[in-house]
Amino acid sequence: MSLEQQNRRLFTRLAIVAVAMFGFGFALVPFYNQLCAALGINSVERAESAVNTQVDRSRTVVIELDSNTHNLPWRFRPLVSHVSVHPGELTTVEYEVVNVRAAPVTGQAVPSYGPQYAAEYFKKVECFCFTQQTLAAGEVRRMPVTFVVDPKLPKSISSIALSYTFFEVAGRGGQS
Amino acid sequence: MSAVADTHGHAHDAHGHHGGYSGIMRWITTTNHKDIGTMYLWFSFVMFSIGGLMAVMIRMELFSPGLQFFNPEFFNQLTTMHGLIMVFGAIMPVFVGFANWLIPMQIGAPDMAFARLNNWSFWLLPFAASLLVLSFFMPGGAPGVGWTMYAPLTAQMGMGMDFTIFAIHILGMSSILGSINIITTILNMRAPGMTLMKMPLFCWTWLITAYLLVAVMPVLAGAVTMTLTDRHFGTTFFNAAGGGDPVLYQHIFWFFGHPEVYIIALPGFGVISQVIPAFSRKPLFGYASMVYATSAIAILSFIVWAHHMYTVGMPVTGQLFFMYATTLIAVPTGVKVFNWVTTMWKGSLTFETPMLFACGFLFMFTLGGFTGLVLALVPVDIQLQDTYYVVAHFHYVMVAGALFAAFAGIYFWLPKWTGKMYNETLGKIHFWLTMIFFNMIFFVQHFLGLAGMPRRIPDYNLMFETWNKISSLGAFGMGLAQLLFLYIVVSCIRNGKPAAQLPWEGADSLEWTHLPTPAPYHSFETPPVVK
Ligand code: HEM
Ligand SMILES: [Cu+2]
Repeated sequence: MSLEQQNRRLFTRLAIVAVAMFGFGFALVPFYNQLCAALGINSVERAESAVNTQVDRSRTVVIELDSNTHNLPWRFRPLVSHVSVHPGELTTVEYEVVNVRAAPVTGQAVPSYGPQYAAEYFKKVECFCFTQQTLAAGEVRRMPVTFVVDPKLPKSISSIALSYTFFEVAGRGGQS
Repeated sequence: MSAVADTHGHAHDAHGHHGGYSGIMRWITTTNHKDIGTMYLWFSFVMFSIGGLMAVMIRMELFSPGLQFFNPEFFNQLTTMHGLIMVFGAIMPVFVGFANWLIPMQIGAPDMAFARLNNWSFWLLPFAASLLVLSFFMPGGAPGVGWTMYAPLTAQMGMGMDFTIFAIHILGMSSILGSINIITTILNMRAPGMTLMKMPLFCWTWLITAYLLVAVMPVLAGAVTMTLTDRHFGTTFFNAAGGGDPVLYQHIFWFFGHPEVYIIALPGFGVISQVIPAFSRKPLFGYASMVYATSAIAILSFIVWAHHMYTVGMPVTGQLFFMYATTLIAVPTGVKVFNWVTTMWKGSLTFETPMLFACGFLFMFTLGGFTGLVLALVPVDIQLQDTYYVVAHFHYVMVAGALFAAFAGIYFWLPKWTGKMYNETLGKIHFWLTMIFFNMIFFVQHFLGLAGMPRRIPDYNLMFETWNKISSLGAFGMGLAQLLFLYIVVSCIRNGKPAAQLPWEGADSLEWTHLPTPAPYHSFETPPVVK
């Protein structure tokens, strides 16, 4: 075969490679879609849900829940006596309160913490203690507390007691 | 050596060697590899000047915080076109110019395998370049999407985007044809006795580069074609609203893009592998390992692309795979650097301008390789991606790597090409100015990136001002230094002193040992015998 023929043959082969690679670029499209579907990794098709990355899973803190009433005709108790949480984790617990008087009553809950200095690390996002609560005669109500324990909580604290005391708001006999 | 330097082709010198045309038609119709090489080199210099002007404009805007000269849209157009023009217009063509001039002479061939195709490959380039530059004058201006042309931003650009896409098509066509030509020349046209493992390393690096080009330029053409049909023909390859995925664009682009960085770097490695032995007066250390290392780099470059995409939300296993594969590339790259250093070890070194640029290359490219390794680490890259640290990294590898190699090669072969000697003192001044100003521009950008300054932004936080001022001043200096380069080359061609037959005593490839200086218009029409 002459040199010229050899050159032409190599040219043809390389040109075929180039054309095939052009096709390969397009073949990547279905390949990519199949691969993402098979592995379930296509985040474009997945609905976005927020993930909390600030959780310190290496620690667990026990939150002990306590409840008191001060001269109030209410039965007031947490639904669970304690929960274990990781610092940084958003947690909701519920309290139940029953007005045993035959008339509406308004009360205000005041939280306290043990140990006391844990208070600054105990971040309440939502709490029934933020507002006054008015219960109709005999009403039963469940009230949430949503909180985060700050990951900066000193290592020495492994449990926090969260205690609420309900006081009657005088003169507001539920008429508000 | 002068005994062999001769004869083949010498006789032709006197007559009809310019194909019967003169003036501009000689250049338009030429099929001579040396003419075409020269045209590639000058084309590249013109593009380098245009791209450089844009760089100076970018640095003018960044001299102070706040907006002084340009609106943000125009600033983005400048960075985009600067990148595209430098990569596709300056760096890639300059090495094709070297390939045209040198490969036939180094393997003892009379010309490239497809001489007329060669003419065509070159003359595609001015059209592509005009399209790129013209896009500035379209309604909406040039695309402001970055040289990576990510979807979905590309969908929102004006007509300038289409001009750019066509320019990429033409540039790609030119590169593919040129590469096929180079592969065919090297595989089929070697002189008797010139086995593959006797070729100068420059030919080896180009052989491997040409294979890379044939493999990945079509993929880029595919990516921009999809962009084009998304824009105008209702396809939704990258449009999530129609079931496409913009991240897919990034995968396709970087499947081309990472091999592309080696397309830019490998021919430079080849030039350095010719220059360092010549000025060390020792053969290249570890020739075979250089060939294998170059091949290994080329093969690995196909499986690392997603290190540009660590933050797109890929699974951790994906990140780990691409991180390990990327760091693996440092091994063959290290082999090359150590081989160059070992070549210099105990050599009788002299430091003329080509060697100075080669040493500059060695230091600066290695630094760029190190910052590449830093960026290859996923947790670090998540912080640094899209900051000035990345800008510093790729300028160390592309400017101080590829461009310095090109300067080294130009000073090295200029006597062979023109038969004249450049002014050595001015050459050294050019080197030192370039070296100092280069580091002034880009070294400080590492600090900016580490402090969190994002790239591709015309305005910045006040706290970044000092480093930006230094960087901008460096850019103005580097620009001026290149005018000196132009002066050196032009005055060498016009009235340089005649060069010696063998200006560099350590140079030992065929173009030096078997051909007169300057190289005759036709060389090796009867092949030399290589022992
Ligand atoms: C040891 C070798 C190298 C390694 C490990 C490496 C690694 C990397 C990584 C991880 C990035 C992505 C950074 C980011 O976007 O966050 C990057 C960007 C880049 N590299 Fe390299 N690299 C190496 C050599 C090169 C060479 C030789 C060139 C060109 C001659 C090059 C040119 C580029 C360019 C142009 C970019 C920026 C692309 C962009 O986002 O616009 N690199 N490199
Ligand atoms: Cu890469």
